[in-house]
Amino acid sequence: MLGLNGKDTRLFLIVVALVVFAPFILNPFPDGVGMAQFNAGYPDLMQKLVIFGIFAVGYNILFGLTGYLSFGHAAFLGVGSYAGVWMMKLLTMNVIPALIVSVIVAGLFSLLIGFVSLRRTGIYFSILTLAFAQMCYSLAYSVLTPVTGGETGLTLSLNDPRVIGATQAADGNIPAPHLFGLEMGSSFELALAGWNFTFNVGYYLCGFVMLVAFYLSVRLFRSPFGLMLRAIKSNQTRMSYTGLNPRPYALAAFVISGMYAGLAGGLMVAMDPLAGAERMLWTASGEVVLMTILGGAGTLIGPILGAGVIAYLESIISTIGSTVLHNWFAGLPEWLENTLVNIIYPFVGSGWHLTLGLVFMLVVIFLPGGIVEGGKRISGLFGRKTEGDTTVTGEAADTTTATKPGE
Amino acid sequence: MEAIILQVLNGLDKGSAYALIALGLTLIFGTLGVVNFAHGALFMMGAFVAVTVKRLLGTSYEVVDETRTDFLGNPMTIDTPYVVSWFGESVGNAMVDWAVPLSVLIAIPIMAVIGVAIERGLIKHFYKRPHADQILVTFGLAIVLQEIIKAFYGANPIPTPAPSAFTGSFDIGQLFGFDPFAIMYPYWRLVYFGFSAIIIAAVFAFLQFTTFGMVVRAGMADRETVGLLGIDIDRRFVIVFAIAAVVAGLAGVMYTPILSPNYHMGMDFLVLSFVVVVVGGMGSLGGAVLAGFLLGILQSFASMSAIIELVPGINQVIIYLVAVIVLLTRPRGLLGRKGVMED
Repeated sequence: MLGLNGKDTRLFLIVVALVVFAPFILNPFPDGVGMAQFNAGYPDLMQKLVIFGIFAVGYNILFGLTGYLSFGHAAFLGVGSYAGVWMMKLLTMNVIPALIVSVIVAGLFSLLIGFVSLRRTGIYFSILTLAFAQMCYSLAYSVLTPVTGGETGLTLSLNDPRVIGATQAADGNIPAPHLFGLEMGSSFELALAGWNFTFNVGYYLCGFVMLVAFYLSVRLFRSPFGLMLRAIKSNQTRMSYTGLNPRPYALAAFVISGMYAGLAGGLMVAMDPLAGAERMLWTASGEVVLMTILGGAGTLIGPILGAGVIAYLESIISTIGSTVLHNWFAGLPEWLENTLVNIIYPFVGSGWHLTLGLVFMLVVIFLPGGIVEGGKRISGLFGRKTEGDTTVTGEAADTTTATKPGE
Repeated sequence: MEAIILQVLNGLDKGSAYALIALGLTLIFGTLGVVNFAHGALFMMGAFVAVTVKRLLGTSYEVVDETRTDFLGNPMTIDTPYVVSWFGESVGNAMVDWAVPLSVLIAIPIMAVIGVAIERGLIKHFYKRPHADQILVTFGLAIVLQEIIKAFYGANPIPTPAPSAFTGSFDIGQLFGFDPFAIMYPYWRLVYFGFSAIIIAAVFAFLQFTTFGMVVRAGMADRETVGLLGIDIDRRFVIVFAIAAVVAGLAGVMYTPILSPNYHMGMDFLVLSFVVVVVGGMGSLGGAVLAGFLLGILQSFASMSAIIELVPGINQVIIYLVAVIVLLTRPRGLLGRKGVMED
């Protein structure tokens, strides 16, 4: 289907199903139950999950496939966000032009940075991208304030020209971002016996864009171009001995992943028209690395899973405060309750980064293939023993390249 | 002339910090071949050793606002940083106010233990893994360490003043025959510079004049051959890592009066010190020190108002700009040898 082989079609259909039914899947607990804490079926979070999914899928093309560890990809996300907000300020609140311009601007920007950074490989490349990203962050934060809004960030205002479309909505407010009149914030609520399912326009737009992005990345993985990128990862010298120049391919991969990041940035502002410099900080770049690694670098579905898990944990774990913990353990004797709360408390709430760091370290140490490899190992435990080594195809082959990057 | 000298002096303290962190990074990188993204965290932990010592001894003249309570006037609840709940908010008057210099003595064993623990517990397993994995796992470690510090000490910067004997400024200008008050320089910055100079000299002397140091230098030049000669690399790795950790930690301890320690100072300095290492040349100790001071001084020049007016924002990007130019024109850095890490 769609030029994919059977295995990839199945994977793609699974992702489609996950995206379409996410409002149900992410809302397993009825409202009002204690476990409703873990529900993630609200629009903001669902949008975030798929947007970071796009970001990570794009990053995976560079890191997972080509093997270049960039520590500056948040810069492209930030540039895409700024471009998107500017389109909304100048042209129209329709999100389509904003998205297109975000992608183009981020693409051009990554072409520039990639052209310079890709002159070096390995750790030097990482440091160069890191330096560029920090430079962008500093500039956006200080000198470029007229363009970027500096510390406060770039927001819409009532004085924006907005050539096509209204400057002000009928009620005198700033108009909301929309897709040909369909507002991003509008959603349809479905109440079913205690459950409240929300179907949000913005989420489904993001979901659709992510499916397109994911499809493109699958095609790219399976294309001759994707093979070239793998060749760069496994052994660049050998590749150049065969008469191929790795630079243009690496640059193409860099620009493509930059465009994905720009798209993610554009979608972020399409959902919430606000762009700030902190989006470009290097720790934000680190976060997308974490997502890709956690899910499984070099695999198709890994980055989406990783992005989903991290965005979910960030939103859910960070809301667990001490009161919630005390409620959970209220049935226990008081000394035990307090001990448990004191043990768990540093890992949740504002301390969720600690959990993130620990999980990340454990993954890098024990499970370099990420969630995807973990899943395979578990299914290998329960599956037929003889099957193990003989059916290493497609996805499994990806994981093997991911676990031993060619150096 | 005064202005130039002043900027050079201003750059010295930052430059010393960069040089010390970069020295450790290069030492680890050159001998162990590990890219340690947790090195900034070690710097930060050194700073928090000083904070803890100050708290434990109560040895400071700093007066904490004793009226500080939450908005209802209640005592702090579970969100209070542990250190505050253990030792209380009040610091009070000092018996001795030499907490920061004293912490140096306490920080040496602590940082050495931390260094050994990190090397044995984690880095040891990563010598054979690709650089990307090393970066990633140490980056994770840096997050964990900084979050632990945040959980114990809170997110706010903790002012940790220098001994009162070193407050105030010193009129360097008069010493060299300039007008009085033309070049004033805070005492503690002088102390910091002198301290870093001693540490750097000590590290170089150690590498130059001891057998151990000779082996380490040989390892930096050619790791495989040293291993083939039957030298017990493992034990040396631990010691090298511990030394690097101690150097970073001491840089942090002494930096506390200049910058109030906060939990993300490690990350802030880490990026810059990586840039320093790269500019100096990976694996070159002299290059790290040279580039550290050079970039520190350049940064303070770029912060002059005349230059900012000329090129807006230059103070923010100067270091990265230099790094990019150096990397593109002279990939191995200022004093780097050819072929290091150019895979």
